[in-house]
Amino acid sequence: MTPIAAGLVQSVDWLAIAPPTLAAVVALIVLVADLFLPHSRKQLLGWTSIAGLAASILLLAPLRTGDRSTFCLTTAPDVCSYTADHFAVVIQFLVLGGALLTALLSLSDTREKLPAGEFWFLLLSSAAGAALLPASRDLATLVVALEVASLPAFALVGLKRGDRMSSESALKFFLSSVTATAVMLLGVSFVYAATGTLHLTEIAQRLDDVPAQLETLAQAGVALTLVGFAFKTAAAPFHFWVPDTYVGAPLPVAAYLSVVGKAVGFSGLILVTVIAFPLYADVWGPALTVLAALTMTVGNVAALRQVSTRAWSAVRLLAWSSVAQAGYLLVPIAAAAYSGDDQIGSTVAYALMYAVVNLGAFAVAALVARTHPLNRVADYRGLYATRPLTALTMGFFLLNLAGLPLGIIGLFAKVTVFSAAVDASLGWLAVVMGVNVVIALYYYLQWTTLLFRAPVTAPAPAEYTEPRRHRAPAPLTLAIALTAAAGVVLSGYPQLVLRFAAKTLF
Amino acid sequence: MIDISEPVIDISESVMQFLLAFLVVGPLIGAAAALLPAPPGLKGKSPDQAVLRHGVTVTGVMLAAAIVLTLGFDHDHPAKMQATTDIKWIPALDVRLHLGVDGISLPLLVLTALLTFLCALYSYFKMPSGPSPKAFVALLLVLESGTLATFAVLDLVLFFLAFEMVLIPMYFLIARWGGDQRQAAAWKFILYTLLGSVVMLLGLLLIGLKAGTFDMVALATDNGRDITTSVQVIAVLAIGIGLAVKTPMWPLHSWLPDAHTAAPTVGSVLLAGVLLKMGTYGFVRIALPITPDGMHVFAPYLAAFAVAGIIYGSLACLALARPGAKGDLKRLIAYSSVGHMGFVLLGIASMTPTGVNGALFANIAHGLITGLLFFLVGALKDRYGTTDIDTLAGSAGAALYSRAPRFGGLLVFGAVASLGLPGLAGFWGEMLAMFGAFDPAPGLSRPAFLTFTAIAALGTLLTAAYLLVVVRRVCMGPRPTADQPQLADVQGYEFAAWTPLVALTVLAGLWPAVLLGLTDPAVQKLLAGGKS
Repeated sequence: MTPIAAGLVQSVDWLAIAPPTLAAVVALIVLVADLFLPHSRKQLLGWTSIAGLAASILLLAPLRTGDRSTFCLTTAPDVCSYTADHFAVVIQFLVLGGALLTALLSLSDTREKLPAGEFWFLLLSSAAGAALLPASRDLATLVVALEVASLPAFALVGLKRGDRMSSESALKFFLSSVTATAVMLLGVSFVYAATGTLHLTEIAQRLDDVPAQLETLAQAGVALTLVGFAFKTAAAPFHFWVPDTYVGAPLPVAAYLSVVGKAVGFSGLILVTVIAFPLYADVWGPALTVLAALTMTVGNVAALRQVSTRAWSAVRLLAWSSVAQAGYLLVPIAAAAYSGDDQIGSTVAYALMYAVVNLGAFAVAALVARTHPLNRVADYRGLYATRPLTALTMGFFLLNLAGLPLGIIGLFAKVTVFSAAVDASLGWLAVVMGVNVVIALYYYLQWTTLLFRAPVTAPAPAEYTEPRRHRAPAPLTLAIALTAAAGVVLSGYPQLVLRFAAKTLF
Repeated sequence: MIDISEPVIDISESVMQFLLAFLVVGPLIGAAAALLPAPPGLKGKSPDQAVLRHGVTVTGVMLAAAIVLTLGFDHDHPAKMQATTDIKWIPALDVRLHLGVDGISLPLLVLTALLTFLCALYSYFKMPSGPSPKAFVALLLVLESGTLATFAVLDLVLFFLAFEMVLIPMYFLIARWGGDQRQAAAWKFILYTLLGSVVMLLGLLLIGLKAGTFDMVALATDNGRDITTSVQVIAVLAIGIGLAVKTPMWPLHSWLPDAHTAAPTVGSVLLAGVLLKMGTYGFVRIALPITPDGMHVFAPYLAAFAVAGIIYGSLACLALARPGAKGDLKRLIAYSSVGHMGFVLLGIASMTPTGVNGALFANIAHGLITGLLFFLVGALKDRYGTTDIDTLAGSAGAALYSRAPRFGGLLVFGAVASLGLPGLAGFWGEMLAMFGAFDPAPGLSRPAFLTFTAIAALGTLLTAAYLLVVVRRVCMGPRPTADQPQLADVQGYEFAAWTPLVALTVLAGLWPAVLLGLTDPAVQKLLAGGKS
C-alpha cells in the first residue's frame, strides 16, 4: 500500500459496524437460500432471520462503552461518519429488538399467507437500515440509511398478494414517503450548499459563520431536512398515511412500522436537530413544540372517534394512538431546544417503554386476529373468559400506553417526558400533554374494560363453536411473554430504561 | 387512665419498618393471590365464598398490622417520622422508596385499614350484585394498597403514583358493581380525577426540579426557602387543583354525587371514608410545609371556596330532603360530604396549628361517620330496593323507629354525629377548624376569615336542619299497619361491620386527645418548617 493510498483509505472498525452489517448479510443469505429451499422447508428462513437478529443484538454487547467510531476523515480523525455512542447503541438495540419481535409475530403468517423469502429479506434489510441510521453522523449516510430502512418497508406493506387494500396502502405510503424524502434531500442539499460539509458536527460549527447571503438558504435547508424525519415519525401534519397503511399492511408489519419506523424517524430528528443544527434551536424548537402538541392532539382525538364495531378498528385505534405517542416522543426533543440536549434521554426512555408495550399490544392483536380476522375492538369483548392470561397482559399493555398504574413503567416514562417539558419551562405544552393523557385514557380504558366484560353469547353457527379455543402458535406466545416480562421487570425496576433519561447520550 | 405518651409495646425499628412496607405491599400480593385458584384446603363452600373469605383474611391481617404499628409507634415523638425506609429506586428520576409514618399519617393509615376490613367483611355476607367476586376482591385490595401507600410514602413522585393507583380499581368498582347510570358516573369519576392529578403532577415536578429533590421530608424541613415565591404560587395552583378535585372542593365537586350514587355500598364507603382524605392529606403534607408562601397567597381563596362548599352542600341537601323533591338519600350524603370537606379545607386554609389539627380531626371523623352513613343507606337500599326519600317516607314517614328500631337508632346516631353533636366525633374537628379560621395565621386577612367563619357557622345550622329533616322523614312516622311487609332489623354481620365505627365515633368525641395528641406535635413541626 502506498503512503498516498493509505492517506485516503479510511480505517474500518468492523466490530463497531457489526450489528447492522450482520443483519444485512443475513438478509442476503436468506434471499439466496430462498431459491434453493423446497417449499416445505421455508420455515427455516424465518428461524435463520431470527437467529441473525438475535446475533446482531448480542453484537451490541461489546459496544456498551459507547466510545467507538469509524469511517473517520483521515485528515480530521475526530470527524466520523459512523459513531457507536450510547445513543446509537440504545436505539440499535431498540430497532433490532423490535425487528426480532416482529419476526416472531410473522412466523406463522409467512407459513400461510406471505411469501417467505421476500418477506424475511425485506424485513432484515429494513432493520439493517434502521440500525445504521442512529449511528450515522453525516447527512449522506443518514439519507442512505433512511432509504434502506424505508424502501423495503413499502414492499412489506404491499406484500399481501391479491389484496387490493394492501397494494393501495403500499402505494399511498410510497408516494407520500417519497415526496417527503425528496423534500428532505432538497433541504440536505441546501445545507450542504451553505456549509460545504455533510458531517453533522462540522455543520454545527460552520452554520455559525454562514455568509449573510446564504443565511436564508441555510434556514430553509434546516426546515426542509426536518420534514423528512417528521414524516417518518408520523408527526402531524405528516401523519395521513398512517391509519390506511397500518390497516392495509400485514399486522406484524404494522407493528414494525409503529415501533421501528418511528424510532428511525425520531432518532434522525434528534441527530439533525441536536447535533447538526443546535445553533438553529430558535427555528426548530418552536416548530417541534407546535408539532408535538398538534400530533398528540390529532392522534388522540382521532383515536377517540374510532367506532369499536367497525372492521379493523383495533388496528386503526392502535395506529392513531401511535400517532399520539409520537407527539409525546417529540416533547423532550422540543424541550432540548430550550434547555440543552440532556432532555433527549427522556425521548429514548419513552421510546423503549413504548416499543415494549406497543409491540406487546400488537402481538395480542395478532393473536386475536387469528380467530377474528376483522380485527374490531368489539372482538376483544370477553377475552378474559377465553384467554385470561392474554387478557390480563393486554390490559397491562393498554394501561402502560395510557400511563396509569399498574402500568408503572408507562407512568414513569410519561413522568420523565413531563419533567423534560417542565424543566424547559414549556408549561403550556405540559398542560396540553396532560389533557391529552386524559383523552387517551378514555379509549385505552374503554378497550381494557371490554376485555373483562362478559362475552356476548354469540349466536354463532354450530360449526364455529368448535375451533373456539385455538392453540396460540408458540412464536406468538413467546412474543407476548417476552414483552409482558419486559414490561413487568421494567415496572419493578424502571431505572433500567430511565437511566437514559438522566445522562448525556452523545 | 393509661398514659398514652408511652409506646404501648416496644417493637424494634426493623419490625416497624417491615410492618409499614407490608401495609403497602401486602394487599398487592393478596390481590394477585385472589386471582389464582384457591389452594386445596381453602376451597370453602364455593370458589366465590373462598375468594371473599380471602379478602376478609387479607384485609384483617392488614388491620392487625396497622394496629401493631400503632402500638409500636412512639407516642412521645409523634412529630418524628417513624418506621422509615429509604431505599434508592429510580436514581434517574431521583425517586426513592421513602416510607414513614408520623402523627398525621398514622390515624389515616389505621382508618384505611379499618374501613377496608369492614367493607370486606360486609361484602362477605352481602356481595354487591355484579360479575365475579374474584375481581371484586382483587380490586378492593389494590385500592387498599394505593390508599395506604398514599399515606405512607414520603416522595413526591411516589405520592403521585399512589394517588393514581386508586383510580383504576375505583373505576371498575363503580362501573361493574354499581347501580343505575354507573358507566357514566365511573367515567366522570376517573376522567375528572385524572385531569386533576395530571395537573398536580406538573406542580410536583416543578417543585422537584426547582428544589432539586422529591423527598417530602427534606422539602418540608426546607419549608420553601429554596423555592421562589412565584414558583411556589404556580406549584400550589397546580397541586391545589389536583387535590381540590379529589377532596372535592366546590366547584370541582361535580363528579362526587354521581360517583357516590352509582357506586356499590362498599365503594361509597371507601370513596367517602378514605379516598377523599387523600386530597386533604396532600394539602397538609405537601402544600402547607413545602410551599408555604404559595399557600399563603391562595389561602383566602381556598377558604372562600371551602365555605361556599359548606353552604352549597347543605343547601343541596336541604333541597334533596324536601318532600316531593325525589331526593336520593345516597346523593344527599354525598352532598353532605362536600359540606364536611369544606370544613376540613377551611381549617387548612387558616394555616394555624388549631385549624390544621381541626382539619385532620374532621378528616377522621368524617371517614368514620360518613362511612357508617353509607353503610346504613346501602343496607336501607337492600331492604327497600330504593333510596329515594319520597318513596321511603311515603306521605307520613318511613317509621324506621317502630319497624326496625335498632336500625333507626343507628341512622339517627349517624345523623346527629354528622351534624356535629358535642360528645361525638363530628363536633371537635369542625369546631377547631372554625376556631382556626377565627384567628388565622399572621398575614392572612382577619376580617375576611371572620366572615368565612360566620358563614361556616351558618352552614352548621343548615347541616343540622337537613339531617333532622331526614331523621324525621325516614325514622319517624305512624305505627306500621299489619299489612306492611316486615322489615329486617340489624343483622349480625351488619352489627359486626358497624359497631367499630360507632364505638370509635363515641371514643373520638369523648376523648379527642387520642387523636389531637398525635397530630398536634406533627402539625406544629410541619408549620414551623421542620423545627419542633
